[in-house]
Amino acid sequence: MLGTAKGEPVMSVAGLLKRDQLDVLIQTLRARGYRVVGPRAKSGAIVYDEVSRADELPVGLVSVQEPGRYRLEDSGNGRLFDYVHGPESLKRFLFAPQETLWTVEQNGEVRFKETLPEIRPLAVIGARACDLAGVSVQDRTFLKGRYNDFSDPYYATRRENLFIVAVHCTRSAATCFCASMNTGPRAREGYDIALTELEDAFLVGAGSAAGEAVLADLPLQPAHEGEITQAAQAIDAAARSQTRRLDTENIQALLFNNLEHPRWDDVAERCLSCGNCTLVCPTCFCHRETDVASLDGKESGHQRQWDSCFTLEHGYLHGAQIRPQIRHRYRQWLTHKLAAWIEQFGVSGCVGCGRCITWCPTGIDLIEEVNAIRLPAALRRRHGAQPEAKT
Amino acid sequence: MNAVAWSRNPYLPHAAQVVERVEEGRDIFTLRLRLSDAGARAAYRFQPGQFNMLYLYGVGEVAISIVSDPDDPGLIDHTIRAVGRVTQGLQRLKAGDALGLRGPFGRGWPVEAARGRSLLLITGGLGCAPTTSMIHYALQRRESYGALTLCHGVKHPGDLIYGERIQSWCAAPDTQVLLTADKGTPEWRGRVGQVTQTLEDIAPEMFKGVAMMCGPEPMMRAVAENLLRRGMAPADIYLSLERNMQCAVGHCGHCMFGGKFICKDGPVFSYTEVSALLAVKGL
Ligand SMILES: Cc1cc2nc3c(=O)[nH]c(=O)nc-3n(C[C@H](O)[C@H](O)[C@H](O)COP(=O)(O)OP(=O)(O)OC[C@H]3O[C@@H](n4cnc5c(N)ncnc54)[C@H](O)[C@@H]3O)c2cc1C
Ligand code: SF4
Ligand code: SF4
Ligand code: FES
Repeated sequence: MLGTAKGEPVMSVAGLLKRDQLDVLIQTLRARGYRVVGPRAKSGAIVYDEVSRADELPVGLVSVQEPGRYRLEDSGNGRLFDYVHGPESLKRFLFAPQETLWTVEQNGEVRFKETLPEIRPLAVIGARACDLAGVSVQDRTFLKGRYNDFSDPYYATRRENLFIVAVHCTRSAATCFCASMNTGPRAREGYDIALTELEDAFLVGAGSAAGEAVLADLPLQPAHEGEITQAAQAIDAAARSQTRRLDTENIQALLFNNLEHPRWDDVAERCLSCGNCTLVCPTCFCHRETDVASLDGKESGHQRQWDSCFTLEHGYLHGAQIRPQIRHRYRQWLTHKLAAWIEQFGVSGCVGCGRCITWCPTGIDLIEEVNAIRLPAALRRRHGAQPEAKT
Repeated sequence: MNAVAWSRNPYLPHAAQVVERVEEGRDIFTLRLRLSDAGARAAYRFQPGQFNMLYLYGVGEVAISIVSDPDDPGLIDHTIRAVGRVTQGLQRLKAGDALGLRGPFGRGWPVEAARGRSLLLITGGLGCAPTTSMIHYALQRRESYGALTLCHGVKHPGDLIYGERIQSWCAAPDTQVLLTADKGTPEWRGRVGQVTQTLEDIAPEMFKGVAMMCGPEPMMRAVAENLLRRGMAPADIYLSLERNMQCAVGHCGHCMFGGKFICKDGPVFSYTEVSALLAVKGL
């Protein structure tokens, strides 16, 4: 362990892996029975997909992200992980977008059979600090512990079989604000192996016994003080480069005392209620359950599928619609994410990945929405906004 | 708050059977259910105000309150109003038919905190199954609770169900039932007007006890504000809330109300916990 000036452990360092040896990591994981998934460039974005060789990973790409925009460009270097991130987090590997929870047969009686996911160890290469933070937030929703008296068996099964190769970010996108959420760009915990990308090598460390075992099979070279310092500085520089920051001070009171703020009407004029923000968010857990009957009518499958609080069905009650207007639905999303989550799970539902900003078709930035509510009324008037509503 | 420890998959229903079906009114019926598996039946316990997820084969699951007595958890009664896909399918079930059941879920009525105190139950609309369980519970244990008053409001006299049951409640010791309809008919013998108006005619001691409500949110809010003006403490006013429910275990996000999950933190809340949220439309 290496310490910063503040005494915070930075990273455990096991050694140096040359970039042209990264394939050994992939082959080692495959030999140990893992299905290996890593970043791939597809349709103009980086997504996770199966990889069998290191040369399938995207080289020399950087993502240019802005509110409502994502573009891959040539980075001008040979690095593999400068792309920062794409629309996908680790969410779908643990909380499946769609899965059958159980099946039921009927012939006079009903017989229920749970359909747990197949146990197939999965290794994901390229997870970022925000993604690990997202997993630890979802753990609070789905795993037994302080917030639950039982574990979701589907999530838990996948969780136990996930091996994470994290990458400490040495570059941030313009929409990233993990530094202000205290979740990144350095991955602190929850990984098995973590890499920091240097000019032509990776500084490598283990975060678990499983990670150590895998590292033991790699052709690591000793890391020198200079490389370790260089890696730490690169991560710090990525943090300093972030221009967005979310001010979370007193945010529960701020949002819940302003449920009738005129800004909700303002954002409702821009929001299409498409739900993209909830799909890309690493922590959103809403789902709906539906039955799909077999063609012969003898069996039915009970499925759950990601849902979004932006759909009208989400707030449907017989004879009533709980959140009929977009202002209600955007307010539900933002107040849940940034405030109600703290009441429910003791942490913010936002890890600062910035995906909802990048992937919003109209470029809505949640930080701006919070700031607009935070700004003192007098200032807001000067900016030409409407007067504050009675609360 | 669940009486059953989760040793099994919380999503997986138990097989259950309809033991008896009672017609209560137009499109309202009671199903008496029994879990098919002896082990599951022996382990099943519930509290008044808790609910089950009932699964209709091939169609889906719905949240339905338990109205029977917790001392007899082997038989589980549900009074259901047929309104849509699942409930209309449940309506067609007959004695002997099979369905799925998981539960019980949620936090029910404060049966312990209310012990020894008078009970003022105020309900509006059709059915109001959640408070029915509390009425049954208190009348079965009449000496454990003080005076009981039920104020029940309906839109039209034709909406009234449980006619015989209400008659029997009226006959119970120290029990009063005030019925009101928004609009009367020549045959209607109850009052005419809003349920809040019935509060005028209640003995003042009733406002020193515990109030329990269910019904449309604006009605519950109006009643709660009225009770506060009469000197009741917000912590003595309880209400049962309803939201779309998919999972009942705090995973699907559909039942959220501010920071509360109605399926696990509720459905019963004290007014202290939710009054600020109830004042806001569209939450
Ligand atoms: C805690 C709780 C207790 C309830 N107790 C009773 C009861 O004792 N008796 C009774 O008749 N009804 C009760 N309800 C309401 C009952 O759940 C709905 O009437 C039922 O879900 C409607 O389903 P449907 O498929 O027939 O109607 P549809 O209109 O076809 O609804 C489609 C789906 O939307 C959801 N939904 C619709 N309305 C509601 C609703 N009011 N609450 C929750 N989800 C809804 C369900 O997932 C439903 O399957 C209760 C609801 C809650 C939340
Ligand atoms: S709310 Fe937006 S920035 Fe925060 S974790 Fe979700 S997607 Fe990322
Ligand atoms: S905030 Fe943007 S991404 Fe989210 S629902 Fe509205 S338009 Fe879609
Ligand atoms: S019903 Fe799914 S979270 Fe409450």
